[in-house]
Amino acid sequence: MDIYGYIKYLLFIPLLPLAAFVLLGLFGKKYAGKYAGIFGTVLMLAATGFAIYTAYSYFTTYSGGSYPRINALSYTWLKFSDTLSIDMGFMVDPISMMMIVVVTLVSLMVHIYSLGYMKGEERFATYYAYLGLFTFSMLGLVLSSNLFQIYIFWELVGVSSFLLIGYYYNKPSAVAACKKAFIVTRFADLGFLIGILILSYTGGTLDFNTLIVNLTTDGSASISSGVAHTFLGASALTWGAALVFIGGAGKSAMFPLHIWLPDAMEGPTPVSALIHAATMVVAGVYLVARMFPIFAITVPAVLEMIGWVGAISAIFAAVIACTQTDIKRVLAYSTMSQIGFMLFALGVSGYGGEAGLGYTASMFHLFTHALFKALLFLGAGAVIHYVHSNEMKDMGGLRKFMPITHITFLVACLAIAGVPPFAGFFSKEEILLAAHHHNPAIYWIAIITSGLTAFYMFRLYFSIFWSKPHHSHHTHSHREGGFAMMLPLILLAFGAAAAGFIPFGKFVSSNGQPLASHFDLQFSILPVGIGLAGIALAALFYFRQNSRPDKASAAFGTLYKSAYHKFYIDELYLFITKKVLFNLVGKPAAWFDRNIVDGMINLTGNATQKVSAGIRKMQSGKVQQYAMYFLGGVILLAIIFIYTRK
Amino acid sequence: MNLLLIIIAPLLTALMVLLCRNKQQVKWVSLTGSLIQGALAFALYFAFRSETANGNSSQLLFEQKHILFSALNINFHLGVDGISVAMIMLTSLVVIAGVLVSWNIEKMTKEFYFLLVLLALGAYGFFISLDLFVLFFFLEVSVIPKYLLIGIWGSGKKEYAANKLALMLMGGSALILVGILGLYFTAGHSFDITTLSKTTIPAHIQHIIFPLLFAGFGVFTALFPLHTWVPDGHSSAPTAGSMFLAGISMKLGGYGCLRVATYLLPEGARQYADIIIILSAIAILYGAFATMMQKDLKYINAYSSVSHVGFSLLGIGMLTQTAITGALMQMVSHGLMTALFFAVIGMIYDRTHTRQVNEMGGLMRPLPFISTVFFIVGLCSLGLPGLSGFVAEMTVFVGSWENNDTFHRVATIAAAMSIVVTAVYILRAIGQTAMGPLKNEQFATLKDAAWNERLAAIILLAGILAIGIIPGWLNDLLRPAAEVIMNRVTGS
Repeated sequence: MDIYGYIKYLLFIPLLPLAAFVLLGLFGKKYAGKYAGIFGTVLMLAATGFAIYTAYSYFTTYSGGSYPRINALSYTWLKFSDTLSIDMGFMVDPISMMMIVVVTLVSLMVHIYSLGYMKGEERFATYYAYLGLFTFSMLGLVLSSNLFQIYIFWELVGVSSFLLIGYYYNKPSAVAACKKAFIVTRFADLGFLIGILILSYTGGTLDFNTLIVNLTTDGSASISSGVAHTFLGASALTWGAALVFIGGAGKSAMFPLHIWLPDAMEGPTPVSALIHAATMVVAGVYLVARMFPIFAITVPAVLEMIGWVGAISAIFAAVIACTQTDIKRVLAYSTMSQIGFMLFALGVSGYGGEAGLGYTASMFHLFTHALFKALLFLGAGAVIHYVHSNEMKDMGGLRKFMPITHITFLVACLAIAGVPPFAGFFSKEEILLAAHHHNPAIYWIAIITSGLTAFYMFRLYFSIFWSKPHHSHHTHSHREGGFAMMLPLILLAFGAAAAGFIPFGKFVSSNGQPLASHFDLQFSILPVGIGLAGIALAALFYFRQNSRPDKASAAFGTLYKSAYHKFYIDELYLFITKKVLFNLVGKPAAWFDRNIVDGMINLTGNATQKVSAGIRKMQSGKVQQYAMYFLGGVILLAIIFIYTRK
Repeated sequence: MNLLLIIIAPLLTALMVLLCRNKQQVKWVSLTGSLIQGALAFALYFAFRSETANGNSSQLLFEQKHILFSALNINFHLGVDGISVAMIMLTSLVVIAGVLVSWNIEKMTKEFYFLLVLLALGAYGFFISLDLFVLFFFLEVSVIPKYLLIGIWGSGKKEYAANKLALMLMGGSALILVGILGLYFTAGHSFDITTLSKTTIPAHIQHIIFPLLFAGFGVFTALFPLHTWVPDGHSSAPTAGSMFLAGISMKLGGYGCLRVATYLLPEGARQYADIIIILSAIAILYGAFATMMQKDLKYINAYSSVSHVGFSLLGIGMLTQTAITGALMQMVSHGLMTALFFAVIGMIYDRTHTRQVNEMGGLMRPLPFISTVFFIVGLCSLGLPGLSGFVAEMTVFVGSWENNDTFHRVATIAAAMSIVVTAVYILRAIGQTAMGPLKNEQFATLKDAAWNERLAAIILLAGILAIGIIPGWLNDLLRPAAEVIMNRVTGS
């Protein structure tokens, strides 16, 4: 398809990071050495250029009209039957164009930042190779035009996340974390896989565009067959869509499949910024958005469930974030909470027109969140780099020593707290507006969560940069990080401050038609007020060191304790896997195999041996014995003869 | 292309090995011979492709028939379809790799290599035979060397393992022989697969012969509950022995289940399909759970093999074209993967002198190449896209899903659940061996893979990647052949 000149450059966008992975993975250690970083970064810069150019061309080509979904450069990868095949293609539509920009930009920032942060690491080239693999897979994921193709890249993203979490492979905690992340998401992917099988069988195709048409056209054969087959009271379509969503929930760390995300912070901090904040973890949201017409039109019940999963995750994570002391873990729970926002925004959205506000809002929030959360993580990385600790108690009063980090971090905190005119304000406002129209219960949950968000973010901010007077930090004689680390902070801070002014609805909407965004000042008073109250409370507690936080945590007693222990969900999982699966399934299976199944085989062998040993004695060579056998035989035959002749 | 070349090459290699005067000669002769076999296998593939591309649509290509014993109507009938070609390519890769990793065998080198080449000869002959008598002959040729390989060059309880393996496989052979004779006498004294495939065998006879043949070949391919030779046999066998056992021998069974049992007795296949599905679904899950509890690397791979070949049998039991294609892909994929797995385990064992995962740890630092390969093959085992295991398993799943009823759906979902359990045991194994802190100080000075080990790993990896990244060629090779078998089953 060569109608659209710019589309052919799409190919370079994922292939450049792939080239970085292959070349650095094979030859990096030997030949590139410390230049591996520069090499990876240059390729990434080129990919970013192509991505921005392609997205810009797409949005300007159709400016003002409706945005089509184009399936370009398709290649049949594996053919199952005439209608069913896994194709590798490129989906060009508003959300994929937005995502390639987000992914390449954040990845580029992380590439640059890591030049400073990872300098001197022994496996420097390997690190950049993994970054390349991840970026390739993530771009493949967002550009997928086929349900199975997205699953393929989904798994590849998972494994690159695994490799990067386990980058410090000789640290036992990192090994445990990377295994946990992979296995929990794998479990969710099982649901995804079965969902794919159901949907592709019902819809008769794996191609997204055709699938959406088949499964949303009222009265189509696919829908009627999908509704006719039921299992446990739900139709095949409902099952398929819900199972696909489970895959998304696992990747996006939604309750109750979130347990891997906080542990994933064992990876290098720039990796957390890229994978576990800005890109991979929003894959679940992206998946729902990609198949949104099916959810919204055909299975609204599943969409409602998605909304509730998002809302519960949002408040659940926000409560935990208020109690954690490891700054990366606070950010991890914050990420989970924000993804909850994106997801329930989709859950309260309808398809087309004004009803689709939630969809636009969700994508908008995904976009702004990527910027400010990446910034928060990179800022946190700079702090950790400086104090060599993840714990809040080792920080405080850092604003004098790290001025750039301080200011950029503050911008990000204001953005996530929803203070106008920073980016988060606009996107969150739209989400709240959508929730307000469609689901008041979720709206109130969201309002409370917004307050909590402002509180825990500023708890973090004050604890790092204010709180204690500048104490023993003069022992750290080094500066706050070189140019490579500061440049991404500054660039992202501009994004986090200004991205809200993008008229997002004009570009991204549920049905491709432009959606006018309008702001209602009166509506904004409550959310902004709650946010400011959260900030004020945090200031009261943490601006100067005092005893209020301890008193407050004592007052909350059990709630505080259970939130601090993450509501014991990890312990529950540990119980199920260790006690139930290992002891009650694995061990018996292994025992059964060695003793019963193999026992039977050995028994056959032994029995044969015994019998032959018994029979062997007859062959004694003694003539008298043979005469006895002979006589006995004759008598026996005679008896048989007599009785049978009768 | 003349198919006789495929068996003459290993035969000559074996004879040449016998004539060698020292170890160096033995090794180089074996390697050269295996490379020639490899070249022939690939030449066969390209010849096959160009024939089909030129519109030759006959089911079997390069046929030739020589009378062997006319009184009993036994013929030396050779011919290949896509399945045979794929299996021959697999065999040749495993043979090359097996020869390479055995480079440092000191004990009775000549005999060792002779037996390896003999085993390969049996496999090559088996895959191109179209006469059941000759096919059975080659099957047996490949059994005997295994007994000696384990009994002489093995480790641990090698006598027990060698006996067990040989007896169980012989038991399987006995069933096959009875089945073949049953076919011979009902179908008017013919051993010829092409003739038999055109004869209609009465249903009640099919119902008797099919289980004999399927269970007989099933022993070779670890059909539950006849799989128990697998853990013992593998754990006692020398590295190349394990590779051949899992990479080639188990495929003989799968090939036989499909080509002989299912293809010649379609009514029997339909009758027993559900039982096959149940047994293989059990094997898949139960094998995976049993693997989770193993601590010896070879046991881990042996049990995981039981689980993985379960997918082949599941695909056959599902009786759809896509599922059977998937089953065949799984055979090829598992052959490459598991051979590589055993090769890597052997490399680790040669250095650390232990196979217990809890005694290792942090091997990534001293052994980066070996650990990386171990990593990749582990990822292949857990079905990572881009590697062969994913393609095969997904094809089986999609094919299985075409059966639109609750029984098949439940079996498919049960089988699919193994992808999680597989991830658990693979990551545990990798985590405990390659990652983590270095447990044993002596391991810090270990030397990474030598040239022969690297080459072996790269050859097998290339196969895994070639299927994983561009599966189309294998699909095109296997699908038409699977269609022929399915047409027979559906009776069209």
